[in-house]
Amino acid sequence: MVSLSQYLILAAALFSIGVVGVFLNRKNLVVLLMAIELILLAVNLNFVAFSHFLWGMSGQVFVFFVLTVAAAESAIGLAILIVLFRNRRTINVDDFDTLKG
Amino acid sequence: MTFETAVFYLFSAILLASAAMVVTIRNPVKSVLFLVLAFVSAACLWILLHAEFLAIVLVLVYVGAVMVLFLFVVMMIDVNLAVLRQGFTEYLPVGAVVAVLMVVEIALVVGPRQFAPMQVIAAMAPAAHPHVSNTRALGLLLYTTYVYPFEIAAAILLVAIIAAIALTMRRRPDTKYQDPARQVEVRARDRVRLVKMPSEPKT
Repeated sequence: MVSLSQYLILAAALFSIGVVGVFLNRKNLVVLLMAIELILLAVNLNFVAFSHFLWGMSGQVFVFFVLTVAAAESAIGLAILIVLFRNRRTINVDDFDTLKG
Repeated sequence: MTFETAVFYLFSAILLASAAMVVTIRNPVKSVLFLVLAFVSAACLWILLHAEFLAIVLVLVYVGAVMVLFLFVVMMIDVNLAVLRQGFTEYLPVGAVVAVLMVVEIALVVGPRQFAPMQVIAAMAPAAHPHVSNTRALGLLLYTTYVYPFEIAAAILLVAIIAAIALTMRRRPDTKYQDPARQVEVRARDRVRLVKMPSEPKT
């Protein structure tokens, strides 16, 4: 029998890997988006685990909505990325400093 | 160790290893492929948690559509990897320390001692829908209680479609295309010119 804590610790480890991915790949926009996907996957894993162990379906409904929003986010993010690449020929975050304040 | 525990540890190991590869590997294409592996392992874990519908949705919609979109974008843009990797080794120790600290802190909060009473509750509580499949239970909830959020989710997806198309569509000036209106407007005298010439004697 796998306990709830094991799932929560697994999700915590996945979340931390996602956060470290944001640290390590600060310059590469595509990998930044992938790290965000990992973080959202960890959150979804938490939702599903709680839904299973508390005998409720609401957690799974929320996972459904999180998946919807994540799909919309990555679609728009990648579209912006393509437009940036078309105009600047780079995806290095450091090169997008036109709005320097 | 029961079979369920063994399966849990196997898929957890694959999930964490592939997630670590996603953020550390050099080539973005391989990174996307490891992300696909991570999502598939997560779907297997969700099946272990009796969330069959969401597991299938994760594989079909997420791996099938969103990850393919990622792969498409990564393959379409060619980038200078050396520039993008600058500062990687510099930030690796700090990132590793932060990650380990975060995992330890969260594990202290959600550890077995804190969630032991919940196990008792879970063991005592009856199943929410004992005779209904997971998909049916989710559908019943989604189309009754959560019908307005469901509609909003549909609107969000529509906005995402329109935004993605509007952002990336462009008119190329050098593209050749037909204009049917101008094609039907054309008359014979614009194209054919009859020239009257006197007949010339044979030399």
